[in-house]
Amino acid sequence: MFYREAGDFKTTYKQDSQTFPIKFDRIRYYLVLGFAFLVIPFLINDYWANALLLPFLIYAIAALGLNILVGYCGQLSLGTGGFMAVGAYACYKLMTSFPDVSLFIHVILAGAITAVVGVLFGLPSLRIKGFYLAVATLAAQFFLVWLFNRVPWFYNYSASGQISAPERDTFGIIITGPNAPAWATYMFCLIFLTVCALIARNLTRGSSGRKWMAIRDMDIAAEIIGVNPLKAKLSAFAVSSFFVGVSGALFFAIYLGAVEVGEVFNIQKSFLVVFMVIIGGLGSIFGSFAGAAFLVALPVALKILGVDILGWPTDIVAHIQLIIVGALIIMFLILEPHGLAQLWNLTKDKLRLWPFPH
Amino acid sequence: MKLKLTTLALGAVMAAGPVMADLVFPAMSYRTGPYAANGIPFADGYQDYFTLLNERDGGIGGEKIKLMECETGYNTEKGVECYESLKSENPLVFQPLSTGITYQLIPKATADGIPMHTMGYGRTSAKNGEVFRGIFNYPANYWDGASAGVNHIIDIEGDIKGKKITLVYHNSAYGKEPIRTLEELSKKHGFNLTVIPVDHPGQEQKSQWLQIRREKPDYVLLWGWGVMNPVAVQEAANIRFPMDHLIGVWWSGSENDVLPTGAGADGYKSLMFHGVGMDYPIFDDIKKYVVDTGKAAGAGDQLGTVLYDRGMYAAMLAAEAVKTAQALHGTAAINAAQMRDGMEALEINEAKMAAAGLPGFGPEFKVSCKEHGGNGFVAVAQWNASAGTWSQISDYAQSDQEVIGALVAEDSAAYAAENNITPGCN
Repeated sequence: MFYREAGDFKTTYKQDSQTFPIKFDRIRYYLVLGFAFLVIPFLINDYWANALLLPFLIYAIAALGLNILVGYCGQLSLGTGGFMAVGAYACYKLMTSFPDVSLFIHVILAGAITAVVGVLFGLPSLRIKGFYLAVATLAAQFFLVWLFNRVPWFYNYSASGQISAPERDTFGIIITGPNAPAWATYMFCLIFLTVCALIARNLTRGSSGRKWMAIRDMDIAAEIIGVNPLKAKLSAFAVSSFFVGVSGALFFAIYLGAVEVGEVFNIQKSFLVVFMVIIGGLGSIFGSFAGAAFLVALPVALKILGVDILGWPTDIVAHIQLIIVGALIIMFLILEPHGLAQLWNLTKDKLRLWPFPH
Repeated sequence: MKLKLTTLALGAVMAAGPVMADLVFPAMSYRTGPYAANGIPFADGYQDYFTLLNERDGGIGGEKIKLMECETGYNTEKGVECYESLKSENPLVFQPLSTGITYQLIPKATADGIPMHTMGYGRTSAKNGEVFRGIFNYPANYWDGASAGVNHIIDIEGDIKGKKITLVYHNSAYGKEPIRTLEELSKKHGFNLTVIPVDHPGQEQKSQWLQIRREKPDYVLLWGWGVMNPVAVQEAANIRFPMDHLIGVWWSGSENDVLPTGAGADGYKSLMFHGVGMDYPIFDDIKKYVVDTGKAAGAGDQLGTVLYDRGMYAAMLAAEAVKTAQALHGTAAINAAQMRDGMEALEINEAKMAAAGLPGFGPEFKVSCKEHGGNGFVAVAQWNASAGTWSQISDYAQSDQEVIGALVAEDSAAYAAENNITPGCN
């Protein structure tokens, strides 16, 4: 019924290799985009923006980045929090050093700086693999957080060691600080997410993505057929860190506005993004979105259900939340190791045959 | 079935919906996570006091109080979520009980016109009310604490030139706050200052205390929170550091921090800006109206602990500010802007404290536009391990306002410049 190829003829290679080859999917995709760009900005308020949408958009960028590294290239990384911190501090230093430059450029530059740092910490991946690499990136996590705490230059010698985003505007619209309207912050992040997702999608289905996947599936075989592991691995680290850096910059400048590195970008953040990637689906763009949405929305939904609707004590709800999220993660790993993306694919397959499955 | 569910959900929404109370107080608490041991008593005290006012007096000035609790877990992101969800309920004053969340909320609350009271924590330079119009940190702040700690050492030693003082601090905005003041004070008094950070959450402090053992400082100031405190006191006892030379800030001076060390913690000192214990008439009322009627917050087992008393004090100051605002504006149902005016005109004297059932509980102070931080009167308490009580060992004395005033002016001017604020009282 849905998702039928019948009648949807492809007459050129371009049509055949497009991202959404099925017409229904394509329409749905444009509808979602249209809804996100043209409808939500008019409905959004501070609560929706700050409690749900901004964290979702920003974590989705981070999850995309990590998914490129872990899901596509097979290089385990636990340094996401540290790399996000690089993005945040780079953005802060740029914002305060060049107040007249647009925040768009600062965020992109922050991503680029993070990419350089990511490549540096990716160098060991040429020699070590798997869990050993995870430990090396874990070292990056702790080193970077320590560095930003230790060296006052990074936080402009402020007494509290915190960085806080000054008010900046883009095209005359205030984008950071408390006076920024909800729709503006939302649109700013949405634009970054859309562009990042397009880049990620097209990189992963192009030659570089195929090289990454070859490395992931068997690096020796990949090397033999002519994939340069140095280039492939380091480019994965660079692209991944770029995305993570962008998300860190947005997290600091747009979402929180003030950041304390030890609290916001600690090891928990790294794990959270890893969970997003695993629950969403390794090696899937849609999975990055689904994982981020799941882990951002679930706690808020449980809180609203428990505290606001059922009127339970807040501490009980907070504990139940931990139990439910934990149980769901375990359940997913057992029942559907390929994550939400796989569930989505199964649904699509079922819908394709429905209502005549045989 | 579907209909039933809908009705159920609807009924639940109706039941949990606003019960037409006019004075909304958000309670941003943390009853979970590594700081829960400290968050629970504070939250209980804060809530019980408002419950008492509702039960005994029918609210404040005839207006019922509605308390809305939100769990932050001492986590900034959850704090933001809480703030955004509570903001739409027309809250009167935010008390986040976390310096990190405070920094987060200062610009937001200022933009939204909701006052914030950070009692004994938060951004110290909010003391300058001409820059921080809606942020209050009376009756004492971190820099008062740092200065009071040094003053106490001066009281014992006389001249502290060349003495070694070490600060062991929680490596966060909270812990870093006193460093500036201590640096200034070390210049003024000529002592040598060493600072040793402890990373969140602070369960592991062996290397820090090894360093202290090696350097043998004359005094150690402790600036910890949560699980970091009992570990620090235990480690100090392990290296046989003289306990009466270990002075904690008020956030490092609750029963939770000393009980695990047992007799080893005897003599440990802590700063205080309010009374402790249960020897106040208000506790009879709390027992009668709140505990015995089963309305106590949490497990109801925290009565009279240091942090419970502090939560109660925070609620008391908020209630007194409401009364001031009601008198000022001639209306019982005040809003956030009027609450701000009430806080700025707040004056706490012995008569008010006695009327609230807390005679002699804290220092007298007066808030004004120029002075959002009270007068900085701080005392010292000492732990008696065998009796299991804190006892006040010095009178409330004012901190070094000369040093602190200059630092406040400098820091608030920097904030004003950063945020394009023209300082002023209008």
